[in-house]
Amino acid sequence: MSLNMNEKIARSKRRSEMFAFGIFRALSFLVVAILFVILGFIIIKGGSAISWKFLTTMPTDGMTGGGILPAIIGTFCLVGGSILFSFPIGVLAGIYMNEYAKDGPLVRFIRMMTNNLAGIPSIVFGLFGVSFFVITCGMGDSIIAGSLTLGILTLPVVIRTTEEALKAVDNSFRQGSYALGATKIQTIRKVVLPISYPNIITGLILSIGRVSGEVAPILFIVAYFTTKLPTSVKDQVMALPYHLYVLATSGTNIEKTRPIAYGTALVLIAIVLIMNLLANALRRYFGKKVKMN
Amino acid sequence: MAKIETKDVNLFYGDFHALKGIDMQMEENTVTALIGPSGCGKSTYLRLLNRMNDLIDNVKITGQILIDGEDIYRKGINVDELRIKVGMVFQKPNPFPKSVFENVAYGLRVNGINDKHIVEETVVRSLKHAALWDEVQDKLHKSAFELSGGQQQRLCIARALAISPSVVLMDEPASALDPISTAKIEELIYELKKDYTIVIVTHNMQQAGRVSDFTGFFYLGELVEYGRTADIFTSPKKHQTENYITGRFG
Repeated sequence: MSLNMNEKIARSKRRSEMFAFGIFRALSFLVVAILFVILGFIIIKGGSAISWKFLTTMPTDGMTGGGILPAIIGTFCLVGGSILFSFPIGVLAGIYMNEYAKDGPLVRFIRMMTNNLAGIPSIVFGLFGVSFFVITCGMGDSIIAGSLTLGILTLPVVIRTTEEALKAVDNSFRQGSYALGATKIQTIRKVVLPISYPNIITGLILSIGRVSGEVAPILFIVAYFTTKLPTSVKDQVMALPYHLYVLATSGTNIEKTRPIAYGTALVLIAIVLIMNLLANALRRYFGKKVKMN
Repeated sequence: MAKIETKDVNLFYGDFHALKGIDMQMEENTVTALIGPSGCGKSTYLRLLNRMNDLIDNVKITGQILIDGEDIYRKGINVDELRIKVGMVFQKPNPFPKSVFENVAYGLRVNGINDKHIVEETVVRSLKHAALWDEVQDKLHKSAFELSGGQQQRLCIARALAISPSVVLMDEPASALDPISTAKIEELIYELKKDYTIVIVTHNMQQAGRVSDFTGFFYLGELVEYGRTADIFTSPKKHQTENYITGRFG
């Protein structure tokens, strides 16, 4: 084969390489661009609504004025409550599935059901929440009922990420621990879990993001409007995403409340971002501890 | 009485007959090398002695395995206690993602020993015993992952020694290490013989010849030949053993 031919082939290889990577790069930028357009849009439209007063006062004049404090507080309560419920249960279930249960029909069944649970439309969770927690359990339209409904929604995410996190722990760590006379529970607590914390916390981050933005599951539970701040888990609260929905579709004066709606969206995004940053810091902290300790 | 004795031991992975009627006796304070080609059953045999095979599903074991005259597979035996008595070092160094100190202290802590002085004293003694102390005394609270591979393996040995076993099982402890680290591990094995009964699986003929008093040659799940290392290496009785040792197969 002549040198000339080789060069030709090389050039054509280079060209197809550049072409392929050019497309990959353009698509990656597109994703980022979409995010920035959405963010920019909301910041431009809603930025003017944001003020200290907006964050710390009650809505007034049929929600066409004032702030969104009850919705902010409500969202924190619902997110916190749902995490308190889904995180311990989900992590323990994940530990059971990966560390204790023998891989067999039962585990496969549980895993399949977990996946199915993740596939249920969120509005169905909403209906279930109302019929079961609110009515059957007599919890009423309360923080606890909303939190439990949202908690069930995120349970599959927590279970799956926990399972994956545990699966990623090399078996040699477990064997090393057993060989020193450690029991299974000691091995899990002292070796396996510390290694997998950072990845388990990913599940926490994902759930927070999911729960903060959901409207459908709590559609029938949270308040359309209230100026009463919650004093117990039995109280009804407003929630940011639902408030946004109300302002945009069924408020008292949709045109007038538009800036407030965008402001609400901005606050919601900011809260999710802050919670994610906190969870990430936690993730890094545990990651470092694993390496250093 | 032999320290370790196995009588007609058979092991099945499902339908696969992995160990066939193994009879073996090991004396106290000796080093026994188990050699043989990959898949011959030597690691499986080693893992019988601290019941590491329990972690695998679908394993069936028949026969008797006695350590200090006690049947370690009898009903009601405490497997955790057995593993304190029979320590193990693995092929790949597997320190925990903890500090050097906490790695060695781990075995004490999980067995309920938390007294600061005892823990500290044991950690130092074990590190010295594993010939690692001089290299890590300034790094006790650094991550074990910062050590070199050879140091990590000696750390794993120190970790095993910390809970005062009387038997130490080693599964190709030097196969992932460079020649200098390997030499250090071999020296260490020689030293440890004074206090422990050691069973070592190795692929390295020279290593088996250097460190062991007795050698067992496994092939296709059978113990083909077992005797003094000097005899096995100079005048093997079986043809297969000779072929393997001289490198004609395996």
